[in-house]
Amino acid sequence: MKRFHGLYRALDATSRTSRKESALVAYFKEAAGADAAWAAHLLLGRRGRRAVNTRHLRSWVAEESGLPLWLVEESYDAVGDLAETIALLVPERGSEGEVEGLAEFIERRVLGLAGLEPEAQRALVLQTWRALDAGERFLFHKLISGGFRVGVAGGLVARALAKVAGVDRATMMHRLAGRWEPTAEAWQTLMSEDDGGDPLRPYPFFLAHAVPPALEDLGAAGDFQAEWKWDGIRAQAVRRGGEAVLWSRGGDLVNGGFPEIVAEIATLPPGTVIDGELLAWDAGRPMGFHQLQRRIQRKSVGKKLREEVPVRLMAYDLLEEGGVDLRALPTTERRRRLEVLVRSVDLPRLGIAEVVDGATWEALAEARGTSRGRGVEGLMLKRRDAPYGAGRPRGDWWKWKVDPFTLDVVLVYAQRGHGRRASLYTDYTLAVWDQGELVPVAKAYSGLTDKEIRRVDAFVRRHIVDRFGPVRVVEPELVFEIAFEGIQPSARHKAGLSLRFPRISRWREDKAASDADSIEAVRALMEGAL
Amino acid sequence: MTRDLVTTTEDGLWCEAGGFHIDPWRPVERAVVTHAHADHTRPGSGRYLTAAAGVDLVRLRTHSGAVVDGLAYGERLTIGGVKVSFHPAGHILGSAQVRIERAGEVWVVGGDYKTGSDPTCAAFEAVPCDVFISESTFGLPVFQWPDADDVAAEVRAWWEDNAANGRTSLLCAYALGKSQRLLAALTDPPGPIAVHGALDKLLGPYREQGIELPPTRYASVEVAKEISGHGLVIAPPSANGSPWMRKFGDVSTAFASGWMTLRGPRRRRGFDQGFTVSDHADWRGLLGAIEATGASRVLVTHGYVDPLVRYLSEERGLQAERLDSRFEGEGDGGEGAAEASSEVDSAAGDPRDPAADAERTEEGPG
Repeated sequence: MKRFHGLYRALDATSRTSRKESALVAYFKEAAGADAAWAAHLLLGRRGRRAVNTRHLRSWVAEESGLPLWLVEESYDAVGDLAETIALLVPERGSEGEVEGLAEFIERRVLGLAGLEPEAQRALVLQTWRALDAGERFLFHKLISGGFRVGVAGGLVARALAKVAGVDRATMMHRLAGRWEPTAEAWQTLMSEDDGGDPLRPYPFFLAHAVPPALEDLGAAGDFQAEWKWDGIRAQAVRRGGEAVLWSRGGDLVNGGFPEIVAEIATLPPGTVIDGELLAWDAGRPMGFHQLQRRIQRKSVGKKLREEVPVRLMAYDLLEEGGVDLRALPTTERRRRLEVLVRSVDLPRLGIAEVVDGATWEALAEARGTSRGRGVEGLMLKRRDAPYGAGRPRGDWWKWKVDPFTLDVVLVYAQRGHGRRASLYTDYTLAVWDQGELVPVAKAYSGLTDKEIRRVDAFVRRHIVDRFGPVRVVEPELVFEIAFEGIQPSARHKAGLSLRFPRISRWREDKAASDADSIEAVRALMEGAL
Repeated sequence: MTRDLVTTTEDGLWCEAGGFHIDPWRPVERAVVTHAHADHTRPGSGRYLTAAAGVDLVRLRTHSGAVVDGLAYGERLTIGGVKVSFHPAGHILGSAQVRIERAGEVWVVGGDYKTGSDPTCAAFEAVPCDVFISESTFGLPVFQWPDADDVAAEVRAWWEDNAANGRTSLLCAYALGKSQRLLAALTDPPGPIAVHGALDKLLGPYREQGIELPPTRYASVEVAKEISGHGLVIAPPSANGSPWMRKFGDVSTAFASGWMTLRGPRRRRGFDQGFTVSDHADWRGLLGAIEATGASRVLVTHGYVDPLVRYLSEERGLQAERLDSRFEGEGDGGEGAAEASSEVDSAAGDPRDPAADAERTEEGPG
């Protein structure tokens, strides 16, 4: 546990990839199998479960430190992270005695904690607090609250593991995909050549970069296969042995939310893997992401939801056929085989992503201009002679999204951020004019530079007119331009609509609050978008 | 009930009976100032009165023409209808609490203060009073400062590790107070030390008062070349990421501030390392200082005001109130706050010019 904390500290302390990688390699080379497996599991962000009610943690730390509970809450509000707040409030300063290695620590003090009665939990937590220093306690709290996250990309972990195992990164990414439990045996499998991994595991997804400002830099338009960029959930349908599963890009099994599709996948020939997009689909076009959201992370889907939100898998690549890995074949060849397969099985919920014609960049630009009317996000460009890559290598796959919608809005409320931005006012509620009043239309957390955030923070502190819990009402003076991808009616929002992915695109220091947009302008955008 | 001896006006804290302001945020006729940080000593007032040990620093801050008088710690001066004296606040060189007495009633304006040890200034002294005006920059129990010797050892180990890896150590800290305190902890340095111009000019008053600091050189291009890969450079926080720091080759960066105890500010600031060093009292320091004054009424001016007010009222049975001020409090790492105060103070300096930025952000709480 102490060594893992050392690694955590090293990763947390630097933003430089090379230093992170060498810290990872050093750790994995030394760690015992079961510890290493747990470390990889945690660093890859595989889900943990909450072992203890955080309300209990708050009251235990209040009792131990002799502080009133409200002051624990005030501290949490300021720090922005409960695990850290409690770690800092525990009165003991230093660590006493030894603690177990990571795997045993988790077995005993994290997984073991969940089954205990509150009093026994309390005793174990207090005993653990005394054994750890403040930094280690922070990690402990993250583990028992199921909220462990670390600032390291999955690709970087895979690269470090690949180095330790002596294989290339794509191979390691493939080994890491699918289901595995953090055990010494799983570690053995990851590190060795023989393939004992999950037989239903997906391939590492190939991800696209945004197109460069000058498309000509990519070469000739004719070198690329263009497709619509669908606004759904990227997924791989895996049909192997007697089973059929759907994997999301995040590495989750999403069978529960899409039973109709799983049933159809089960009829494909064994040894088939399709890459595509899950969409809510009705009357020949996508229904919008907000409908699809109702399906995500469902364990099961009732009849009503099935009828209200019909779904389909829009296939755009074939990665495995007859049990053979096709990824090294060029795009055109994989596409040809995909077309043959999809046509021959002719399943109602298995579509094939249309190829968009356009021999020149101008022709493609014109097609892209019709995106919004079709309910798609723009174009995907896939190099015709390229293999299917792993991760996000540059050069072969590009996304060419439509320009976002924009509005000028006024900052009306601010709240302190969390995590990296805790203690600064970084969460903004933004409003437009409606008959002389400002109505909130969006909350945005990002888009400004760190320097701008500090300036807005300073403004907020000097212009607070009211307080509601953690929310500060500020004088309506600052105007921001926000960008967003879509707009839909919503009964939950006061303005009667909600924006998709709103973020601040720039600070309009040249505008006064009175210059901001009105609700009529927003409604007009919505009518154009639906 | 008698009128309060100290109230706030739009110019700042005001002692009507004495006819002077304390740490005014606008130019006034007579300013009694607690210390030379920019949010407490602002230029433009007619006369300044401060602790004798702080006169030179206050003069640097107020620019030419202003009259700056000094009064030794503990010495009493009658101004108008009140007796005024200065008492060490332990914050930076020359920092003071202001004691004001009228007809047996005693008020103390704490200014910024800390109770931990600091070889660069006189230690905080609790002054018995009826009403104490306290800051609360770090007024939450999550703030518990580590032992200063342990932090000094951490800084040293970081520097030595960098030197072993051929990296220059760039330690960022506020130019007035914090930097000198860090230097004073390195009296037996393992390598050469260079300092940014913003702080070079502030070392004189310290050395003149006999405070022992290790040898330092101004970080010129030649000196940078000479110490690259093994030396330590001390600079204001705004130097991080600026073109100025490129001349030191491969660097490891660190920031010394009380905020570095929190992970959010530590990561947000984009430094490789954070050291918890503050010139403000931590939670226990605040409570200890307040208790030691014996005051039955406490006015809290800046920082985490509401939690401290509530704690003092509910848990300590004191008459505690919020006193709104324009001192920099709730800021996350001082830089934003200092920038903001510069904006309020003057439009001078091009914000895109890193050199001007370094000047403007050199001071601030933290």
